[in-house]
Amino acid sequence: MQRRGRGRIAYPYTVWMAIFIVIPLFLILFYSFTEGDIHNIKDLKFSLNSYKKVLEPIYLKVIGNSFVLASISTLICLIIGYPVAMIIANTDVKYRNLLLMLFIVPIWMNFLLRTYAWMSLLSPNGLVNRFLLWVGLPKLEIMPGKGAVLLGMVYNFLPFMILPIYTVLSKIDKHVIEAANDLGGNSVITFMRVILPLSIPGIVSGITMVFLPAVSTFVISGLLGGGKTPLIGDLIEQQFLSSRNWHFGSSLSIILMVMILISMAVMSRIDNSPEEEGRKI
Amino acid sequence: MKKNVALFVVLVLILVSVVPLAGCGSGVTINVFNWGEYMDESLIDEFEKETGIKVNYKTYATNEELLAKMEAGGSSYDVVFPSDYAISEMIKRDMLLELDFNNIPNYKYIDEQFKNTGYDPENKYSVPYFWGTIGILYNTDMVDDPVDSWDILWNPKYKGQILMKKDVRDALGVALKKLGYSMNSTNDNELAEAKEILLEQKPLVNGYYGDEIRDLIANGDAAMGLTYSGDAMDLYWEEFENIAYGVPEEGTNVWYDCMVIPASSKYKKEAEMFINFMLDPDIAFKNSEAVGYASPNTEALKRMKEEYPEVFDLPAYWPDEEILKKSEVYVDLGDYKVKYNEILTQILVN
Repeated sequence: MQRRGRGRIAYPYTVWMAIFIVIPLFLILFYSFTEGDIHNIKDLKFSLNSYKKVLEPIYLKVIGNSFVLASISTLICLIIGYPVAMIIANTDVKYRNLLLMLFIVPIWMNFLLRTYAWMSLLSPNGLVNRFLLWVGLPKLEIMPGKGAVLLGMVYNFLPFMILPIYTVLSKIDKHVIEAANDLGGNSVITFMRVILPLSIPGIVSGITMVFLPAVSTFVISGLLGGGKTPLIGDLIEQQFLSSRNWHFGSSLSIILMVMILISMAVMSRIDNSPEEEGRKI
Repeated sequence: MKKNVALFVVLVLILVSVVPLAGCGSGVTINVFNWGEYMDESLIDEFEKETGIKVNYKTYATNEELLAKMEAGGSSYDVVFPSDYAISEMIKRDMLLELDFNNIPNYKYIDEQFKNTGYDPENKYSVPYFWGTIGILYNTDMVDDPVDSWDILWNPKYKGQILMKKDVRDALGVALKKLGYSMNSTNDNELAEAKEILLEQKPLVNGYYGDEIRDLIANGDAAMGLTYSGDAMDLYWEEFENIAYGVPEEGTNVWYDCMVIPASSKYKKEAEMFINFMLDPDIAFKNSEAVGYASPNTEALKRMKEEYPEVFDLPAYWPDEEILKKSEVYVDLGDYKVKYNEILTQILVN
């Protein structure tokens, strides 16, 4: 299936890429290196001003915040997601799909809707607090704040960590694990020296798939963080919708892309078996 | 598996081919782009039935968003609802079509005081839709001081209970007004002072939001917040008895939202029919009743006075004359708006 007519099957995708990915990318690059009235091409001239602006401490702080929050949420997703993926992979095939569905179904709902739902759950008078009050526990005061933003990120992106790890784990040959046991490895050693190294491709793609949307997210921080910790995504949104400074918005986008590329390069170095399963997910 | 893929492809093909056709049924479809929760949407059905013109109705949240989307091009809107200062900017930049008032006979119902305004001095481009103020929406169970000054938004007693608007003009405008300056200030020193007090205020602020403020206050999640008068009217109609709205004595922003036709419109005549329809006394009354803002339509206002005389005592519907005199309409800031945006970013980040 994959070999036959590969080129022709890829053709629509190539056209799609060119029109909707490559050309817009060049446009963003073009706007980021110019200044002037965006509607008048003659008025545009080369300038590095919008890049200089990115280096102002206030914007560096926003970028820093985004990376810190995205890294923490990726780490939490990994810590929660790995055991979950293991549990699913070890479940009887009969129930496995049901379990997977439970994690996938929430993604079917609109992302914005889910974030609004968290807002009414976590707000000072929200459902969670009303329940806590009813049970006689102290109120949970995390919204608005970084805690709520992290929770929102972990909730929204967790499935993207679980799925690739699960795929890799479920493909590990059971005989390999049996062999490890036969050779005297207890469950800890088997995990550390057999399962974990074999699942690294899954971990790497999980981290990439969580970190990328997390670092560029913008709605979660606005709604759950009360706008008090703007992230780079919020800043870019503001440049296009409120300030209408396309040049600065574009240079911020380029900076974000470069940083993501660097982190992906670092990740693929860690992934010591680049042609293995992880890549195909 | 293969079957599923085939099924999916067929489904997509059907969707792709049917969706554009749906619009072609009776000829013209106009694109109406309005603020969220700013029209009785059953009136759209009425308009469609009456004229056979289909309406594609979408909403936005701020004037800046509307300007950005019109500027970006790609979509052609036929009727949009910008406020005063956004209209001046649009006129300045040739983004609007001149209206043909022969097609809008119902314009005669518009009260004279809403004509010859600063933003459209010759009444060429805009027809007023609603007007209102910005003020403080508060929970009377949680606030025991009188809400008659912007100072209350800086009162440490309400730490963590104050919601601010994320809108550039509103957030900075309130600070400028509190300091006794114009909400349209383009004086660097005055703006530096405004920034200073907004930074002082930040530890007291629970969050900076947009339209969410109304629901958060209604839910008791915070004691007070900056909102449009219509948000207060919504809650009034929904009979939230512990929610009130105060317009500070220092004066506030008075805004006029109008119907205009963007230069990119392909169906100017149909758009004018829509505008005319919205000005019909019956329709304007129904709309005002549903949306809750004060209408500039004399007939609609008369009906409101007959049916709901009590709302004219509410500052959210009918603000005090004295306060209105001290209030300001936003003016387009031109290039200076970059400065306003930078200050808001600095306040949010620091």
